[in-house]
Amino acid sequence: MSIVVFVSNTKGKINKAGLEAICYAADIAKNSGDSVTAVTAGSLEGDGGAGAYGASKLISCASVNHSDSVQVTNMVSAVISDEGASMIITSHDNDGKQVAPRLAARLNCGMVTGVTGLPDTSAGFTVKKNVFSGKAIAQVSITSDKKILALLPNSHGLHEHGVTAEVSEWSGDAGAASVTVKEVKVEESNVVPLPEAELVVSAGRGMKGPENWGMIEELASELGATTACSRPVSDIGWRPHHEHVGQTGVAIRPNLYIAIGISGAIQHLAGVNGSKKIVVVNTDSEAPFFKAADYGIVGDAFEVVPKLIAAAKAFNASK
Amino acid sequence: MNILVCISKTPDTTSKIAFTDGGTKFDENGIQFIVNPYDEWYALVRALELKEASGGKVTVISVGDASNDPIIRKSLAIGADEAVRIDAADTDALFVAQQIANYAKENDYNMILTGKETINYNGGQLGGMIAELVGLPYVAMATKLDLDGDTATIEREIQGGSEVLEVNGGFVLSAAKGMAEQRIPNMRGIMAARSKPLTVIAPSGGEAHTSVVNYELPPAKAECKYIDAENAEELIALLHNEAKVI
Repeated sequence: MSIVVFVSNTKGKINKAGLEAICYAADIAKNSGDSVTAVTAGSLEGDGGAGAYGASKLISCASVNHSDSVQVTNMVSAVISDEGASMIITSHDNDGKQVAPRLAARLNCGMVTGVTGLPDTSAGFTVKKNVFSGKAIAQVSITSDKKILALLPNSHGLHEHGVTAEVSEWSGDAGAASVTVKEVKVEESNVVPLPEAELVVSAGRGMKGPENWGMIEELASELGATTACSRPVSDIGWRPHHEHVGQTGVAIRPNLYIAIGISGAIQHLAGVNGSKKIVVVNTDSEAPFFKAADYGIVGDAFEVVPKLIAAAKAFNASK
Repeated sequence: MNILVCISKTPDTTSKIAFTDGGTKFDENGIQFIVNPYDEWYALVRALELKEASGGKVTVISVGDASNDPIIRKSLAIGADEAVRIDAADTDALFVAQQIANYAKENDYNMILTGKETINYNGGQLGGMIAELVGLPYVAMATKLDLDGDTATIEREIQGGSEVLEVNGGFVLSAAKGMAEQRIPNMRGIMAARSKPLTVIAPSGGEAHTSVVNYELPPAKAECKYIDAENAEELIALLHNEAKVI
């Protein structure tokens, strides 16, 4: 049998969260003796990287619009049926969030989103997921035969499985379009999107105004990190909404989260406490964020950040 | 223009999270419950703005027991016209979606709005499941919604940016930040909410395929290691040699 993985792709490449979902599926398949079939809407260059991370089949369809949840669900459910799959994996990314629930209702099966680890089959079938926006972890049991797991980006990691993927074009009928795409606004950028970023430099009200973000961007650029911000900063419009991390913004789990001028309110911590290492820079030594930090610097951002930039430059030069 | 808005009861964002009964139950002791922020700030407020511009009614629907009534009254105080509560435990997303879809199929709504996820279970499943069950298009993570007659223009978040979609006829969407601004109910709204209809109906079919076995709190952090503000290079060295993250 095979495990079916739905992945999204941009410009012919499977995104990092999608490759991680394939790798996660391949690690489940290794124990169960299954194979992994990846499926994506739109067309790919070659196998889009699916084979390296463990898919032995890649099925794509150039005529299916990734933004059309009805068409994608029609395609993915047909592939699930052809493959006789009972385990379906997606990334809990923007396309996965649009397709997976629809699929669960279509298949009338149990689904867990924001999954953070491999399933435990020692007693029934359970997986762990983040709940309360990262303030707690729940172990959830699924009792239906078919199961859908949506993996939280950056929670499994990527390692190669080195399989060769047989690439094919899906020839089924995805049905009429349910939505029309009028415009796509994606800025050309080499920066990793926030939910997938391994290194994040984030700043808060301590920066005193949007005109002071130059040094935050420079530090992020030196470290190869993505920028983020606290809620008040995006609420007042200093930074775009999509940079807001926290309970009501994006929840992230990078390897490194550097928080500059953010006090660390419980709502902010909820969105970042899955980070492997946290660095806090704050003038207030009593800031609650220090309790959640691995490394702390008590000091003024306007003095500390330029020093960090210089140190990062020296580090890069020595590599 | 009749709009159905799904609302969920969640702990206030400042809540300290704890569990009882051997980690199997959420400890409600001292917890203040609120309308899930994505449901209230974005889905409900945008629905009210659309109704104010072109007429019609806004119905809020919630699945839960009578302890949901205060958050339902709050939604009425903000401006919803009527409310429906389906009297069942909201433990599994598909079960909840089936309840709401069954209600929606028997009533006439132009659109169904939800928040992008609840801040307690972070599922983000409800909207897509309802859409499939009622047979409508679905747009997740929507940040803008405008209507021109029967055509809706919806902007949604995609990887690295956003896209603008057009949908004709009915649809379901999940609302994210940007769609509307939070509204604080005024005294007149609060008074009016008391006499607005809240209909309680029994659940209809549906089965749960998932359940929480237990909860745990994230492992406690080790002590913070402080670095002198003058020695920025020491931090970079620690991140490389000790933490091994750069």
